[in-house]
Parts: sequence; structure tokens; C-alpha cells
Amino acid sequence: MALKIVKGSIDRMFDKNLQDLVRGIRNHKEDEAKYISTCIDEIKQELKQDNIAVKANAVCKLTYLQMLGYDVSWAAFNIVEVMSSSKFTYKRIGYLAASQCFHESTDVIMLTTNQIRKDLSSPNQYDTGVALTGLSCFVTPDLARDLANDIMTLMSHTKPYIRKKAVLIMYKVFLKYPESLRPAFPRLKEKLEDPDPGVQSAAVNVICELARRNPKNYLSLAPLFFKLMTSSTNNWVLIKIIKLFGALTPLEPRLGKKLIEPLTNLIHSTSAMSLLYECVNTVIAGHDVNGSPFLPPFSLALFLFLRFQLCVQKLRILIEDSDQNLKYLGLLAMSKILKTHPKSVQSHKDLILQCLDDKDESIRLRALDLLYGMVSKKNLMEIVKKLMLHVDKAEGTTYRDELLTKIIDICSQSNYQYITNFEWYISILVELTRLEGTRHGHLIASQMLDVAIRVKAIRVFAVAQMATLLDNAHLMTGNVQRKGICEVLYAAAWICGEFSEHLENPMQTLEAMLRPKVATLPGHIQAVYVQNAAKLFATLLKNQEGNTDRTAAQETSQLMIDRLPLFVQSANLEVQERASCILQLVKYIQKLQQKDVEVAEEVIALFAGELNPVAPKAQKKVPVPEGLDLDAWINEPPSESESEDEQPKAIFAKEEPKHSRARHTEVDEKELAKRREARKQEQANNPFYIKASPSSQKVYQEAPGVEHIPVVQIDLSVPLKVPGLPMSDQYVKLEEERRQKERVEKKKKEKKKRKEKRGGRGKKHDSGPESEEDITPAHMVDIVTEEMPEDKKSSKHKKKKQKREKEEKEKKKKKKHHHHHHHSDGGGEESVQNGTVEEEEPLPVSVCHQSFTEIDIQGNLQDGSQVVVSVIFENKCDNFLKTMEFNVLDSLNSKLQRPEGSGPHDGLSVPFQLPPETRSSGTLRLSVFVIVFPQNEDSSTHEKLDFKLHFTCSSYLITTPCYSDAFAKLLESGDLKCSSVRLEGVNMPFHHLLARICFHHHFSVVERIDSCASMYSRSIQGHHVCLLVKTSGQTVSIDAKCDEPTLLGNVLDEIKQTFSQC
Amino acid sequence: MIKAILIFNNHGKPRLSKFYEHYSEDTEQQIIRETFHLVSKRDENVCNFLEGGMLIGGSDYRLIYRHYATLYFVFCVDSSESELGILDLIQVFVETLDKCFENVCELDLIFHVDKVHNILAEMVMGGMVLETNMNEIITQVDSQNKMEKSEQSP
Repeated sequence: MALKIVKGSIDRMFDKNLQDLVRGIRNHKEDEAKYISTCIDEIKQELKQDNIAVKANAVCKLTYLQMLGYDVSWAAFNIVEVMSSSKFTYKRIGYLAASQCFHESTDVIMLTTNQIRKDLSSPNQYDTGVALTGLSCFVTPDLARDLANDIMTLMSHTKPYIRKKAVLIMYKVFLKYPESLRPAFPRLKEKLEDPDPGVQSAAVNVICELARRNPKNYLSLAPLFFKLMTSSTNNWVLIKIIKLFGALTPLEPRLGKKLIEPLTNLIHSTSAMSLLYECVNTVIAGHDVNGSPFLPPFSLALFLFLRFQLCVQKLRILIEDSDQNLKYLGLLAMSKILKTHPKSVQSHKDLILQCLDDKDESIRLRALDLLYGMVSKKNLMEIVKKLMLHVDKAEGTTYRDELLTKIIDICSQSNYQYITNFEWYISILVELTRLEGTRHGHLIASQMLDVAIRVKAIRVFAVAQMATLLDNAHLMTGNVQRKGICEVLYAAAWICGEFSEHLENPMQTLEAMLRPKVATLPGHIQAVYVQNAAKLFATLLKNQEGNTDRTAAQETSQLMIDRLPLFVQSANLEVQERASCILQLVKYIQKLQQKDVEVAEEVIALFAGELNPVAPKAQKKVPVPEGLDLDAWINEPPSESESEDEQPKAIFAKEEPKHSRARHTEVDEKELAKRREARKQEQANNPFYIKASPSSQKVYQEAPGVEHIPVVQIDLSVPLKVPGLPMSDQYVKLEEERRQKERVEKKKKEKKKRKEKRGGRGKKHDSGPESEEDITPAHMVDIVTEEMPEDKKSSKHKKKKQKREKEEKEKKKKKKHHHHHHHSDGGGEESVQNGTVEEEEPLPVSVCHQSFTEIDIQGNLQDGSQVVVSVIFENKCDNFLKTMEFNVLDSLNSKLQRPEGSGPHDGLSVPFQLPPETRSSGTLRLSVFVIVFPQNEDSSTHEKLDFKLHFTCSSYLITTPCYSDAFAKLLESGDLKCSSVRLEGVNMPFHHLLARICFHHHFSVVERIDSCASMYSRSIQGHHVCLLVKTSGQTVSIDAKCDEPTLLGNVLDEIKQTFSQC
Repeated sequence: MIKAILIFNNHGKPRLSKFYEHYSEDTEQQIIRETFHLVSKRDENVCNFLEGGMLIGGSDYRLIYRHYATLYFVFCVDSSESELGILDLIQVFVETLDKCFENVCELDLIFHVDKVHNILAEMVMGGMVLETNMNEIITQVDSQNKMEKSEQSP
């Protein structure tokens, strides 16, 4: 044995340590990989030895190799071995290695639970610290569940070093095991006021992260944070709190008002730029006077506005600063204002345009974001011209792609509101197709399609441009790098085919579409090519048959027959199918042509009819069939209390993607409308589809089509035929001239009514400055969304109103429900707790004006005698409740938990104020000593608002999963008393029945076989409750076992009642 | 939250990588390469914030970096962190390294990456900032090192 140890230490002397390994790698620059692989072999040998020091050294080296990109997961077990060493030195190496390479699917993690638990409770604070740090990197749901309790205990450790780590890691635990949030939260809240600033900072950090996911659940902490904000001097904590307030103020407008003063003080006093910036940011977030339901007095609003302006001015100073970081952040904050106050940003247009020329890409990108709100009819062309220059100069593809999407974004925003000349826009789009390697080909394509379909006047021009594109398709397909852009050809082919009557030289385009090179394009584009070649062919036939010379028509057919077989052989099914179909058609046509039959009319009929855009709200025009109630539930609605039970989950509600652009949703709507249209079309044509009533069909047909939309005739002062590819620049000049001309004309016609001229588009102009109205667009977009009859809109509002009324009714109902309990509580079968709420202000608030809804009673796992009750206070009167006091009369069996130092009958003051018609929630804690007996306590009724809390025995039960073998053991143990109950006339599916028991009485299903199930639950004081539920027909029998017969009896009674109610 | 902390030199050689979310080794290397590529092409006197890493993050994330002589210190963070705050934190990190290694240089980081990890662990834990006070960090690091020494001597 001794020899072994000596041998081990001698071996160690020859082993490489980490420094040797690094040095070795640096000395083997040419054959690094080979050197490392020999090192790994050595490490494998070292890991096989018994000496823990050798192993730790090996693991340390592996950690380094992991950083270089080597997979070291094979050594996971050895890492666990090193972690469990008793020496801190090795333990730390082990935990570091684990934190670098363990993750959820590392299976040895299972083995670490006990080791970590041991380390967490180690007397050495650094053992605990190292374990917490490691755990924070690789915590899994299982570890979180098993260790949550241990970590929670550490939150009250005597050493602040451990406390702060334990507090911080709780966030990770919450993420992996959300159920732990509820029991841990009170302690976490406590830590906000920890004497150690580090612990405090950690608690703030965790709550801020939680609140970021679901801010409204943390509104009640606002007063506490407010206090912290005014007392803390730690900038880091202050920043976090201020950021948190930034998230809370949109939810609680009054908070914004309250914050103004301390924030202004901070803005003036702090020397830290980071803090100043966050203050400004939060003031901006809080400034939403218009959106606030509580309009502050005018003077206050003015004050707020001035304060806001001050912040915007401060931002301008930031942007003008020579420090690039401040410039960047200034722009970032501006983009936040842009969403709510575009006008405030617009006044800094000069500055933002200047930033577009900054040498720093980050700053240019931020400035680009702001451009969206800068454009107007007047300057759109100018701004886009500038952007196009940047596109030419841009070196990196990411920035260029960003430019491209921005150009399209700002041009297409709100139905091309700012575009006055669509020829210019088409030529911009065509110019963009010349970009190398962009990923946004489909974006350009969809714009082309959209414009060509919706702006009728532009079709002639668009078709000419698209034909040129098709002709030069080789420019786009030649290079592999340009793959993204060939999507444009999809649009080009479709436009040329669909609007082929406008083609100058259709034969040439047809030829271009049938080139062999086309076969190298992606399948879906080829398919469009083939289909549109057929459309083109139809148009050509029509043109050529008009001539006396028939040979031209026959030549065209021959061309199709010669070229199509290439596509028939395509590997893409869609292409193949379309090509062979069309090939057969053309062959047939050729036969007819040889017999001198005129076919053009019939061929063209194949493609007759125009595709029209459909309004997103078109569905509304279809009347609802008789007997179909859209508001009725198809399935039984989930009960109200269910959603409350899900509250802990809501804390982790996924944030909605903030960055979804309006444009995307628009496309979605269009897409939806298209599908809807298609479906309706299909239904109309389907003889088997039962139509609701003849009138509904009629209404549908009468819906105004595109024809009915007033389209301004294009003023042909611009020559439509542009030789070659268009240059967008020329349009800027032309547009200037056009406007000039218009202005002159306008002066002449000034007396004429403006309204008539602009038709229904008056609405759109609201946002632009006065002078903008003078610019009329050269082309009109068919804005289908605008064509909804007015009454439709109003009906929508009506519905909302009705809904609101309904909700209110429901609320009232709920209240009644409570009163009902109020009277029936003497029965004694339920545990009832009575109490009062005192309002000090305003004077007389009658009881019915304030509702008081108990939402949740939850046992506390940590403390078997504690019950947390969440209560919603709702103020139904018009007055502001300034202070409220909440009191529960203690009984023998239950006691309200009051802060230390207060007397046994003092009330709890409610930590928030209640403005009219708002609700808020608070929690109170009660200590319950014996839970098996219902308590019956009468309260002396004050003239204040009385309330009663119902504590059923079921609310003392906690859903606890139980495995079937453990369950069987429990039943065999013989400690349990038996009882049973029969329910008659229960008319619901078995799984519903089980779900009901699980939900209302907090049971979990252990096993289920056909119509028989075993269920389990545990009370907060550890009583086991087992149920065996059997059903036959409408009879349900429940055999139950519990170690406390009284509890069992009450639970069974409650179950019985649950089912008697339904 | 901090998603990753990377240190690499002017040639893109990693000196420390700490990911607070799991990636495969290959992805980690790719992220380091991509980040280096993004950061290294920037001039000296531009801002320290950067968007557009494809692999790491997304729209809510940004890279905040500082360049010291031969080393880049890069933090990838989401919007819950204050940009300027993180810049200060990087400064604290570097100053702490400087104190612990006595005039830190790239070689210290090359040969003692484990120590750098230990120092970092006292500042950032699981992607959240644990401590920003340099003295407190140094105290904890020192007493752990002392403990290590006492274990080795007997």
C-alpha cells in the first residue's frame, strides 16, 4: 500500500501539469493536433490510476482542452470522482470541469445529487461556494427538484458569501423547476432587505430577471423597490431596479408619476453615465400620458411632458457626444421613443441622417432603425437614394442585407403610404436585384408581386422591367453566391405571364423563359416558369391568329414542343407534372392548328380571370350561417379557478417576440385572406357543400371587387418606356418636375374642393405634416383593407362592449357566490375564517362597492403549519382607497402571521393603494395548528367590510406524485384507517371525474386501469391520503384510506359535494 | 443575463471561454471564431457594442467588448443588462486580474486559465452578476488560494 502511494507520487512527478501541456502545445505549432492526441492518451492513462491528485491534474488539463474544442464528455465519470474529493483544491478542479462540459443530457449528473447535497451542507464555506457555482452552470430539472430545499436553507446561511450565491442560483432553480418559486418567494423577498449589500444585489438581480419574464406579478413589490431605490448607493443595484421600473411603469401608470422625482434627482446627482442613461430610459418608458387611463391633472401632464422633453434633449446630447458608446446608446433609446412618440424623434432627423454616415457599423444600424419613423412623402426618395449609395458601398453582407430590408420596410410601410411614384419603386427593386449574395431575394420578389398586383397603372411598366430581368436571368443564376436572389425570377416570370398582354415582345420573353439554363433554377421557380410560359403562349397565339400568316403561330407551338421535354424530365414533381400537362396540351393545339382551326380563344380561356387581392377582413362580409353561434363554447370552458392554479407557471410565461414587424403580420393576414378566399371558392364550386342560404352567396358576390375601388388614372407625363434597366435616380428628378407641375395646376384649381380629389384616402394623411398633403401620388395602390364598410367597424366595437359587459356580469356573479357562502357558513362542514378589511379613506364605502375575492389557498410545504392565502382586492367604487387594513380574528386553530412586534389583534396594513375600479392582489399567511378539524369561529362584525375565507380540508392537501410500488407499500403498512363513499348519478367520463378530483382536491393519479384508478395526496402535515376510485354506469365508489380518519371523512365529504354540485 | 464570456487574443486564439448555456464543442469554437471575426475588423475608436452574431443570441442579445493590448474581452448579454454597466464590469474584471496576477499579461492567462476561471466565478455566476466590488472579489479569491496552499503543504 505504502509502495503504491510512493509510486503514485513518483508518477506524478513525471506527469505533465497544465502549464506543461500549454507549453507543449505552443512548442508543437506544426503538429498541434497530433501532439494533443498523444496528450489525451496520456490523460486517459492518468485517469485510470487510483491517486486522486493524478486524476485531478488530468481533469484540469481536460478542461483546457475542452476550451480548445475537444470533446471531453468521455471523462464525465472521472470528473464526478474528482468533484467528490474531500480536498478543496481537487473539488474545485472537478466542479470547474463539470461546469464547462456538463449539460442536461450528461447522464452521470444523476450520480452527483448526493455529493452536491453534501458539499452544500459542508462546514467549509468555500466547499459550498464551489458547489453552488458549479451547480449554477449545469443544474437540471432533477437536480433543481432534489436540491431546491437545500439551497433554500442556504439562503438564510450565516455567511453572506453563501447567502448571495444561494439567492442567485435560485433563479436557475426556478427556471428548471418552476414549482419551487412559490415556496421560495417569501424568503427571496426577505433577502431584498438583507443587511449585506451583496446579498441584496443578488436578490434584486433574481427578481429583476423574474419580473422581466412576467412583470405584472411583481407589481406588488414596487413599494419595496422604491424604498431600495431611494436608499441604495450601489450603482449596480440601482441600475437593475431602474430597469425593473422601466418594465413595470407601462403596467402601472401612477408608478411613473411617483418615479419622476427620485429619477430626476438621480439624473442630476449621479456621475455614473450608466446610471444616468438608465434613468433617462425609464423616464421615457414611463412617459405615456396619453395611454394612461388615469389622466393626471393638466399641470402634472405638462410637467411630465417637459420632463420627457428634457430626456429627449439629453439623448440628443448623448448622440452628439464624441464618445461612440454614448452615441450608440442615445440612438438605442431614441428607437424606444419612436414607438410611442414618433414626432419627438422626427425633430432630430438631421442628427439621425448624419449618423447614417458614421464610420461605425453598430451606429449606422441603430440609425437605420430610426429611419422608419423619419420618412415622409417628401423625403422618401431622397432617403432611399442615400441608402442605395450605402448599399453600393457596404462591404459586409449583413449590413447590406439590413439596408435592403430597411429600404423595403420604409417604402412599403402602411400600404406604400409614402410612395408617390411606383415606377421609381419598381426600378429601386430592380436595382436591388443586382446585389451579390443577398439572402432577401424572396422579399424583393414578394414586393414586386404585391406592387404589380395592387397598382394596376404600373403593370405595363413592371412587365417591361420583368421581361428585361428574365432576359438577363443568366446574371442571377451564374454564380452560386447569388442563389438567394434568383427568387426574384419567380416574381418576374409570374408577372410576365399573368400580365402578358402588356408585353412589348412576348416572343422574346417566351424564348427567355424556355432556355435550357432555366433547368438549373430551384424547382419551385421552374414550376412557375413552365406555368407562365403556357400563359404567354396563350397570349401569343391570340396575337398571331389575328394575323393572316398562320406559320408564326405554328412556330410558337413548335418552340413549346421543342423546349418543354426538358422540363418533363425534371426531378421536381411539380415541374414535371405541369410540363407534361402543358406539353400534351400544346401537342393537341398543334394538331388543331394543322387543320386550320382557330384555338386561341379557347386556350386563352384557360387562363381567363384576374387574380384580385382580397381584404384581410373579407371574411366578415360572409354572413354567419343560421344556427351557428360563434361565441358559444364548443367544449366546456375551463373553470375560472383553473387559470388561477396555473399562476406559478405564468411567472415564466414566454415573452412575446417583441421584434415582429408589422409588415409580417400584414403578410400573414393577406395569406390568411387568400386561403379563406380559396376555401370559399372551393366551397362555392363544390356541389356537395351545403350552402347556408341563397342570400349569403349573393352578398358575397356583391362584395366590391377591385373594379369598384377608385383608381386615379396615371398622369402620363412620365415616359413609360425606359430603354434597358431603369435607373431610380432619374425618377427623383422626374418626380420633382411632376410635383412642380402639380403645384402649378393646383394653384389654378385651388378653389376646387380638395376632398374630392383625394377620395377616400384622407385618413392616411393624418400623420403627415400639412405640406405633405400637397403631394399627390402618381399611382394609386389598391388598398383593399380600406374598403370595409363603416358599419363593420362599429359592430366590432359593439362586440367588445358586449364582452366587457359580460365579464362584469360574471364578476358580479362571483361576488354573489361569496355572499352565498357568507350565509351558509354556519353549517360547520367547511373551515371558515372570518375577518375584516378596514378602509380609512374615503368616508363611506359601502360593502357592495368593494369586492374581495379569495383566489387561492395554498399549503406551505416548508412549514407544515402555514397556509398562504392569495387575495384579490377590487375597488368597485369611484373613490380612491388610500389605506386599507386587513385583519383576521385568530382562533384556537389558526392565527394570522403578523410582523414581529405587533399585538395579537392588530390588523395588517395592505401594502398598496387601490384606485377606483382596479384590482390588486396580496397574500396573507395563517398558521394552522391542527388541520384535520374544521374550525368554526364567529367574528364580531364591525361595520367594516367583512369577509370569510373558506379553508376546505382539500386546500391542506398538496398534490404529491407517488409511485405505484410506494403506494402499494403504504397500503400494506396497515397504519391507515379505511372509509368509503358512494356517489350516485355522476354523469361524466371517467377521466373527467379523475381530473376533477385531481384539480379540486389536489390528488394525483397513481395508476389507472380501465374504469378504476388509485389516487394519492398528502396533507401539509404529512398525512397520507389514498383513494381507490371505481366507476360502473353512473355510480362511483370511492374507497379511501388515511392515517387520520377525521381528515379523511372531511375530504370525502368535500369530494361528495364537488360532485353533487355538478 | 450574460450568455457567454470570451477572451481571445488578436489572432483569435481563445484564452478563456465561459458559456452559460450549453453548446457543443464545435459550436463553441464556431461562436468564438465568429465573434472574433466580428470584433477584430472594428476600428479602435468605434463603440464597444455590437449586434449581429448569428450563432449566439439573436435580436435581444448584443456583444459588449473591450480591447486591451493583445486581448479582447467579450461579453454576450441580453437586454436586461445595462450596456455601460457591463463595460464597467469588464474593467473590474481586468483590474482584478491585474491585482491577482500582478501586472497581468497574456501569458498569465495562457498558463493559468484555471485561476482566471476561479476569479471569474467570484464575479459572475450562472450568467448573473454576483459581485462587482473588486476588494470583495480579491478577498474571496485570496482566501481560497490560501486554503489550497494549506492543503498542499502537509
